[in-house]
Amino acid sequence: MGKVRADAGPFARRPDNSAFKQQRLPAWSPSLTPYTVLPVFYFLALVCVLLGVWLLITVQNTHQLKIDYTDAGACATCAEMRNDPTKAKMNCDCVINFNVPKTFQGDVFIYYGLINFHQNLRRYIKSRDDDQLVGRKNSLKSPSSYCEPFAYDENAVPIAPCGAVANSMFNDSFTLTYHPPAGAAVNVPLYRKGITWYTDKNVKFRNPSTNTTLQQAFQGTAQPPFWQKPVYELDLDHPNNNGFINDDLIVWMREAAFPNFKKLYGILNRAHTTFSYGLPEGNYSIAINYNFPVQYFQGRKEVVLSTVSWFGGQNHFLPIAYLVSGGLIFIVAIVLTAVYVKVGRSGKNMEE
Amino acid sequence: MLVPWRGFWNPRSKAPGQEEERHVKANDRDYNERFTYADNHIKTAKYTFYTFLPINLFEQFQRFANAYFLVLLILQLIPEISSLSWFTTIVPLVLVLTITAVKDATDDYFRHKSDQQVNTRQSQVLIKGKIQKEKWMNVRVGDIIKLENNQFVAADVLLLSSSEPYGLCYIETAELDGETNLKVRQALTVTSDLGADVAKLADFNGEVVCEPPNNKLDKFIGTLYWKDNKYSLDNEKMLLRGCMLRNTEWCFGMVIFAGLQTKLMQNCGRTKFKRTSIDRLMNTLVLWIFGFLICMGIILAIGNTIWEQRVGRNFWAYLLWDELLSSAVFSGFLTFWSYIIILNTVVPISLYVSVEVLRLGHSYFINWDRKMYYSRKDTPAEARTTTLNEELGQVEFIFSDKTGTLTQNIMVFSKCSINGNTYGENMLPIIFIDSQKTPCVDFSFNPLMDRKFRFHDSSLVEAIKLEEPLVQEFFRLLALCHTVMPEERSEGELVYQAQSPDEGALVTAARNFGFVFRARTPETITLYEMGQPVTYQLLAILDFNNVRKRMSVIVRNPKGQLKLYSKGADTIIFDRLEPANEELMYTTSEHLNEFAGEGLRTLALAYKDLDEDMFDEWMKKLLFASAALENREERLGALYEEVEQGLMLLGATAIEDKLQEGVPETISCLTLANIKIWVLTGDKLETAMNIGYSCNMLRDDMNELFTDNMAFRIHLISHLQAHALEADLEQILLDVACLCKTVICCRVTPLQKAQVVELVKRHKRAVTLAIGDGANDVSMIKTAHIGVGISGQEGMQAVLASDYSFAQFRYLQRLLLVHGRWSYHRMCNFLCYFFYKNFAFTLVHFWFGFLCGFSAQTVYDQWFITLFNIVYTSLPVLAMGVFDQDVNEQYSLRYPNLYRPGQLNLLFNKRKFFTCTLQGVCTSFILFFIPYGAFLCAVRDDGSHISDQQSFAVTIATSLVIVVSVQIGLDTNYWTAVNHFFIWGSLAVYFAILFAMNSDGIFRIFPSQFPFVGTARNALNQKSVWLVILLTTVVCIMPVVAMRFLKTDLHPTQTDKAIYAQIQNKILRLDKKNNKKTVLYTSQRPPFICLIASLNDH
Repeated sequence: MGKVRADAGPFARRPDNSAFKQQRLPAWSPSLTPYTVLPVFYFLALVCVLLGVWLLITVQNTHQLKIDYTDAGACATCAEMRNDPTKAKMNCDCVINFNVPKTFQGDVFIYYGLINFHQNLRRYIKSRDDDQLVGRKNSLKSPSSYCEPFAYDENAVPIAPCGAVANSMFNDSFTLTYHPPAGAAVNVPLYRKGITWYTDKNVKFRNPSTNTTLQQAFQGTAQPPFWQKPVYELDLDHPNNNGFINDDLIVWMREAAFPNFKKLYGILNRAHTTFSYGLPEGNYSIAINYNFPVQYFQGRKEVVLSTVSWFGGQNHFLPIAYLVSGGLIFIVAIVLTAVYVKVGRSGKNMEE
Repeated sequence: MLVPWRGFWNPRSKAPGQEEERHVKANDRDYNERFTYADNHIKTAKYTFYTFLPINLFEQFQRFANAYFLVLLILQLIPEISSLSWFTTIVPLVLVLTITAVKDATDDYFRHKSDQQVNTRQSQVLIKGKIQKEKWMNVRVGDIIKLENNQFVAADVLLLSSSEPYGLCYIETAELDGETNLKVRQALTVTSDLGADVAKLADFNGEVVCEPPNNKLDKFIGTLYWKDNKYSLDNEKMLLRGCMLRNTEWCFGMVIFAGLQTKLMQNCGRTKFKRTSIDRLMNTLVLWIFGFLICMGIILAIGNTIWEQRVGRNFWAYLLWDELLSSAVFSGFLTFWSYIIILNTVVPISLYVSVEVLRLGHSYFINWDRKMYYSRKDTPAEARTTTLNEELGQVEFIFSDKTGTLTQNIMVFSKCSINGNTYGENMLPIIFIDSQKTPCVDFSFNPLMDRKFRFHDSSLVEAIKLEEPLVQEFFRLLALCHTVMPEERSEGELVYQAQSPDEGALVTAARNFGFVFRARTPETITLYEMGQPVTYQLLAILDFNNVRKRMSVIVRNPKGQLKLYSKGADTIIFDRLEPANEELMYTTSEHLNEFAGEGLRTLALAYKDLDEDMFDEWMKKLLFASAALENREERLGALYEEVEQGLMLLGATAIEDKLQEGVPETISCLTLANIKIWVLTGDKLETAMNIGYSCNMLRDDMNELFTDNMAFRIHLISHLQAHALEADLEQILLDVACLCKTVICCRVTPLQKAQVVELVKRHKRAVTLAIGDGANDVSMIKTAHIGVGISGQEGMQAVLASDYSFAQFRYLQRLLLVHGRWSYHRMCNFLCYFFYKNFAFTLVHFWFGFLCGFSAQTVYDQWFITLFNIVYTSLPVLAMGVFDQDVNEQYSLRYPNLYRPGQLNLLFNKRKFFTCTLQGVCTSFILFFIPYGAFLCAVRDDGSHISDQQSFAVTIATSLVIVVSVQIGLDTNYWTAVNHFFIWGSLAVYFAILFAMNSDGIFRIFPSQFPFVGTARNALNQKSVWLVILLTTVVCIMPVVAMRFLKTDLHPTQTDKAIYAQIQNKILRLDKKNNKKTVLYTSQRPPFICLIASLNDH
């Protein structure tokens, strides 16, 4: 099998004396010696503990407030209405009062949260057509079969946006009001745009190209059966926030990984002098246009107010996990050191 | 003997079972065509251009793993259960199939080329009274063909006539059995009279009735019917396909077997496929994994049923599935299949291909090893089988032949006993003269002497010169009784072509003592006796074989006396002596024991005067028996026995066979590696014992009982085997033998050698290795788990049957302790890591099942699933499997007990498998739940959410790739540039592909195939994501490091100790370098240094 060279000298079949063929390639052979392992353990323990402490301090400085409004206070009636098939389509508004105990400094984000809503079911996740959402005309008129049974309505008109994900879009809306100790109530201004990933808004979701109005672009399509308004009229205040590039739609279409999740609803507009430092402490009320039914699946709905830090929102898991890991690594490091000093250092058991 | 696939693929070939007797008529194609014998067209290629794809795919899908993935692929096409796109399975499957197909196609292409080349060789065929040129493939059975010097024989032909006298012709059978010495073939007298007369040859219409095609190269039984006469045919009259005509101007022959039915073609094709124990274990494990997969599928399916009933039912409003799918039980059933698809990656598709690649690499390293290259013969080591490498690291028993394996097989005539007197220098140092200074005998009286011959006792020459009749008779016997071919290149320059070196040595001795064997014809032998030409009529040759253990010739000397000369094993000859010889027999016997005690190979010589009448009658019986078609062998044997009685003892010869270089050191080193070495030899007990002592196998400090025991055992074995005793006695024999450090079995026949190997193989469950150099070792080499051939003096048969071959016994040490150990270590580490990796990768889906309603949603991007095994993680582990060295070669040889783990099968067994899969399961658990915990409440630093499925997928995938890369880094003990390149390269490639697949560009082209657009960018620019990845990696890796550290610290294995010593030595060496001092490090070495004889040949 060896390479047979053309010349037939006395050593014609002698293998080459190359480092590769003789398995003598220069190499680094690391091994788990005490001099490498123990310092690494101590170092990692230190890193983990320090990171944990730092994260913990950061987390302590963030604020978060959750308001479960599923059947709280005035919303209980709305919840019952959503449960009653005859009144399912009727409009229902409710107001919930709450108190912010401490000023939320900096940017404040308002999320809606859903509990026990499985956006991660395989058939649910698949039930969308990215070709359609990027504005391809063909897919607009003939949605992908993955969208079934939300591809065509009963008149065989294609649905846009098709699929179960879009159909089940969250459609409650909130109005937040601040009741200062003195003076009139102030509407808390929210940015309802710019709450998506840049790539989603500009690459992944595109409206079908059109020279005229958006409505004409979507002509010949039907709105999803659960929707109250067509896709080109999602945001009546901002004409260019309609169609597939509507921020709320985009946020919803990014399916959550777990059954309990929260999605961004709006960002506090700090241009208003009252809110230039954030959300002041005090009494607030939130008016909810209550549409989204969750009773079928024992779900809950909530509104979450939160500030963020350099590593995201309020997240106690990471600092604690780091502290625990750091502690454990430290304990292990001590055990290893003890074992090494007792048994290994003399090198006796390494002798024959 | 049906060659496995050859018969199947070629419609022309007939199952030999159907043919009981072959009838062939010369020059009569019409007659021969009735039997539909194979023509001379050969086809070893399996495929044609058009059949390649279907047949190759059909073969590949017969493998369990491939078939399994095909089924998966079909499942994936069913939309209801398709949890993964079809490309996740098809890409790896196609890759694996393509690699195999390309390899098969290349092999087949070369077969086609060689077939083409062979089929179109020119041959001269006698057609319609004229000699015409024909391609080989057009030659038919019954044709008469003409062959010229240095041409290959086109088919199995019956020799009819030749240019040489007496219808002789010479052939070289190197391509057939690897032996390069010339062999002689002789035509029947009646046919050799045809000569080169084309007209006569064209009229020849003899009919041959013979055996059906078979693969026995040394046997042929047939009869020629011609002109109402019957002539017996045997192998001596056949020229087989593959032989080359030599020293013969031309010859004519009649084709008996053609094409695929020739003995050469019947012999090729693998008769037995050896598998390693790891192979078998791997198959079991794959089945277990398969069972595990089904269990997980069932658990998840049950989970899905329950979930659908409790939760999912309420969720239907959002999904509105049709009625059929909304039944919970049916949904569970579908989920089962969906999960089988998702979790399929626990059954590693690329495992078999990767293992093949590793083994091929290891085989190349064996071929390339200069330290196993023997410069004197220009022979490198060769791994002839590429599937057994790791088993070289697990050998427990070595069965070694003696002659030519332990010894050089360069035979030197060193002593003899003639009529009760010994001649030859006494090797025991009793006399004050140093043996080396004893003057060599001056042979200058003899112009035909061989200059290389040395003899140290001039009294024998004196005896010759005094013309003592028995001494003369002794050498005459040596010059007459043999099968050597002389070749006289120029006047007086004789070269002997001997099939066995013993014979060559004896004939050369006779030549130097004045009895020069000069020429041979089938009917005469010409000697120059003290310068005078004497021609003997050769009447019969009574062949040597392993049962007879003797050979005889019957000659008529110029005086007209009939003589039988016989030489053979002493016991055999002594049994057949005239009673009057008793006294001489005892003296000779004493001498023989003396010779054997010095490790010399002995033969006894005897002669007999024959009575004319009796001989005539015997000759008639012999002729009759040799024409028999049935039981020819037995009948001839009985006749030989009849005449070889009442012999007169002449004396005995002793031939020295020197030990090979480095044999004792190798043996003691292998013994330290706890390998039991059994020597199986056909020699006498004393010879074997002597070799045992000189090889360090037997030592004086071994107690006497031990040696007695051994002697007992040696006899036991020969008798046991011969009588094939009951199983319980076999067990006792084995138990006793295994208690001994050394076992030498002597006087064993080739078949018994194989039986001994079989016995150990059957009862000990240990890996056996047989090493030998001669045809008599072939059966043993084929029986053992690993067969090693020494490419030496005795031809090539052992090498051709072997799995590994090299030129010197001492290379065995390197093959086992370095290559074998490394191979085993690499393969085991490779397998452990491979299973770990696949479990860590796949089981994440299992945990996710509990959160996604058991809906068979994948965690990762489909492209990641497709590429993980074949792109992101394949090369680093392959590099580890090819290059890794836990201990370098010097230390591997210095500490032979590092070989022990392989024998005990410690590095990869079922327990080890459980450990590494458990590690995989734990890793997958950590990989899933740490990101889960972190993502449950995470948002990005700009407030937008990140706990979406795609970001989660990217985070877990990145953690996984980093964790398994760190793990392979930990498993790699030997980081060459290649390892660095592959490990860092894989990580780089991962990120490159990740960003490419998440890029805007590719999304704009295929929006629905690459829905992850922007995810990598948006997730990986988050500090929290990197914190999660860091934590996951640390938590996955640190326990492993701690465990390994504790293990080496508390219970270091031999390997750990050797690594420690190696590091210490390196540190010392560095210190020394710094101090610029040169000191020897002998004190660093452990007490049992295994001396390594100069491994370099120059």
